[in-house]
Amino acid sequence: MQDREVFDEVFGVGGDPRRELRALVDWIDRTPVADLKRRHDAAEAAFRQIGITFAVYGEEEAAERIIPFDVLPRVFSAGEWASLTRGLEQRVEAINAFLLDIYGERRILRDGVVPADLILRNPQFAAPIADIRPPKGIFAHICGIDLVRTGPSDFFVLEDNARTPSGVSYMIENREAMLRLCPELFTLFPVQPVDGYPDALLSTLRSVAPDRAANEPVCVLLTPGPFNSAFYEHSFLADNLGIELVEAADLEVRDDVVWMRTISGPVRVDVIYRRIDDDFLDPLVFRPDSMLGVPGLIAAYRAGNVALVNAPGTGIADDKAIYSYMPEIVRYYSGGEALLPNVQTFRCREPEALSYTLDHLEELVVKLVDGSGGYGMLVGPTSSRDEIERFRAALKAEPHRYIAQPTLALSTCPTLVEQGLAPRHVDFRPFVLKRADGITITPGGLTRVALREGSLVVNSSQGGGTKDSFVLGDRSTMQSQSLEGMHQSQILPDLFTDPPLGGSV
Amino acid sequence: MLSRTAASLYWLGRYVERAEFTAQLVEATLRLDQLAARPAGSDAWSSALAVAAAGVDVGAEGEALSPAEVAQYLLLSTANPSSIRSCIDAARHNARAVRTALSREAWISINRAWISVRSRQHLPDSEIILTLVEEVKADARGFEGALNRMLHNEARALIALGTAVERANGTARLLDVKYHLLLPEGEPVGGAVDRDQWTGILRTVSAVTAYRWLYRQGLKPWLVAEFLILRDELPRSLMASMERIVTLLNRIGQRTGMQGEADRLARRQRQSMRGASIDALFQGGLHEYLGRFIDDMSDLDRAISQQFRFT
Repeated sequence: MQDREVFDEVFGVGGDPRRELRALVDWIDRTPVADLKRRHDAAEAAFRQIGITFAVYGEEEAAERIIPFDVLPRVFSAGEWASLTRGLEQRVEAINAFLLDIYGERRILRDGVVPADLILRNPQFAAPIADIRPPKGIFAHICGIDLVRTGPSDFFVLEDNARTPSGVSYMIENREAMLRLCPELFTLFPVQPVDGYPDALLSTLRSVAPDRAANEPVCVLLTPGPFNSAFYEHSFLADNLGIELVEAADLEVRDDVVWMRTISGPVRVDVIYRRIDDDFLDPLVFRPDSMLGVPGLIAAYRAGNVALVNAPGTGIADDKAIYSYMPEIVRYYSGGEALLPNVQTFRCREPEALSYTLDHLEELVVKLVDGSGGYGMLVGPTSSRDEIERFRAALKAEPHRYIAQPTLALSTCPTLVEQGLAPRHVDFRPFVLKRADGITITPGGLTRVALREGSLVVNSSQGGGTKDSFVLGDRSTMQSQSLEGMHQSQILPDLFTDPPLGGSV
Repeated sequence: MLSRTAASLYWLGRYVERAEFTAQLVEATLRLDQLAARPAGSDAWSSALAVAAAGVDVGAEGEALSPAEVAQYLLLSTANPSSIRSCIDAARHNARAVRTALSREAWISINRAWISVRSRQHLPDSEIILTLVEEVKADARGFEGALNRMLHNEARALIALGTAVERANGTARLLDVKYHLLLPEGEPVGGAVDRDQWTGILRTVSAVTAYRWLYRQGLKPWLVAEFLILRDELPRSLMASMERIVTLLNRIGQRTGMQGEADRLARRQRQSMRGASIDALFQGGLHEYLGRFIDDMSDLDRAISQQFRFT
């Protein structure tokens, strides 16, 4: 991997700092590594105390871990961000148009742009709700679009997350940590604030409330509970939105109306930001064995008495088999070329693609079409003979379950590791909110970093870490936004000065 | 407020108080144990066990446990549902489920206690035990301090209600066990044994100096009993706990419109205590009185969960 031309977010290709980031390089040069290390330790100690943890499935001992945090930020210029924003808007509009179409008229299938059987026979196609039009015609209110970069202006969409994308709490908490630990960076750079996200999310939820409750809708966040890997984020968001964090047992449906059980009796619920997968939402409609779901929820949704965010059925849009058709889908609905290209993708369900894949396993990344979180994935160049042979057998047995992509030379970013500073591969997940009347993209996102040398797998479940992502603004536009940043400090109180307590933290 | 949230807050209050109570008990027991040259130390650990783990069968074959084993059992055992470790685990589990109802400071004090208790596996000597006990007490105080800086809403009142119910229970059990065990037939009241034992009780409810301020006659068992049962100046007394329970139920009732059986039971209990004298309690049998009180508290606990639809 190392012999390829790899683009570095700070140093470009040749090792010369990118002009707009010279100030960052100077800062890195004059900050001793020991000082960076101290700040890093303070951040992680604080994350642990606050309990910003995630669970790793299948690991008993380390049931709660913190995601490693890196203090060196990744920086986007105002120009880069402006063009990314246009591409993201186009993509999320197209995803919503596509969902509305396939759960409606199905024009795109009649016009032969996407094979009908790929949609209609896809396990992600939610037949039980296929005839329901969601409130205001929006399916995917919250999308996390995973981007990778290979050159100065070469961004690719790696994955669309249109179900229940997570990670946005890290965008906000990482920024809080940076404001405390590296305040000088914020005087060097006009960094746009990210703490407008909770307000934007709340107005997104409110914008799809049933008309009956349009003035004062009751919104709730539905979580699978404290054992879920993203529970911290669920409680963080509910807290910052000022809405109740509910579990299925707190809700009941009577006469197609959703109620939550409170100490002063039932309260009617209008909008549910659900962080539970479709399959578990309603045991009467989806998996009957779901303990996490609310019986009758889909009937209430069908009756228009409650809005579900995201709407059921969005999984079809981020299915990896559909992903390969996204350039056509974007063109079909937007009338123009996709501003953000896809990574070249071989659909192993097609015989030629399969034979190409089998011949080039050592070079390719192979993914399960319905996998996520870095599980069920082969990175050819860094895998052992055995792993490759296991995937070869699996591919031959069920080719339709896989896609393959060339191994990209993901950009790197200077990162603090044991030996000092070293380049590590990164990706980027911005969060896009689709309201009834428009789209909001918070200037920031989740930068994930593969901490192991040469590794391309950034998923937290696979040992990846996170960085803050700076989006620079113009000095002039920052003036008007600085007021929004005023309430930032409520998120992390005086923690970073405390040493960790209690021995082996 | 969600019913589930209400239940978690109430239990959060109970578990933190229980952990702190056990910490105080262990601290007082260690102190007593150090006097083992005198007769007082011999039964210190077995009576601590009887207070903190009532009804639990510890030594599987009935063999006597060493003091170190008892300390381990009371502090760190996961098999003991009332050990500090178990209480802190349960408190944190409840706190985590209702984080949105807690201030960040309140959560952090629980999480910090959890981190420090989890990092301990063994308790090799009394110094380590004392360090752990001090940490738990400091975190419990930190939690109470954080609560006092939270909004005065029903969330805070429910946690405080759990604390008060648990406190009444703990003090009643402490007094019952000690009285029962510590006044063996024929032992002269006021002898050396008594003195150390009764100081140990006061230490458990952090009231050694407070006692001296209120009672000038020196340590008398019946005065200690009066102090712990009827004097509302002592925050851990049964009387103060009952006053607090009535006030908190009243406050929650005003905010939610939910009043009922729990209010009635609490007011009745307070009323009968206000009219009681320690002489009358002794005449009717202190052990019987404390037994009835503990039963009444579990009725009250049931009434609270019904009134606020915990289940």
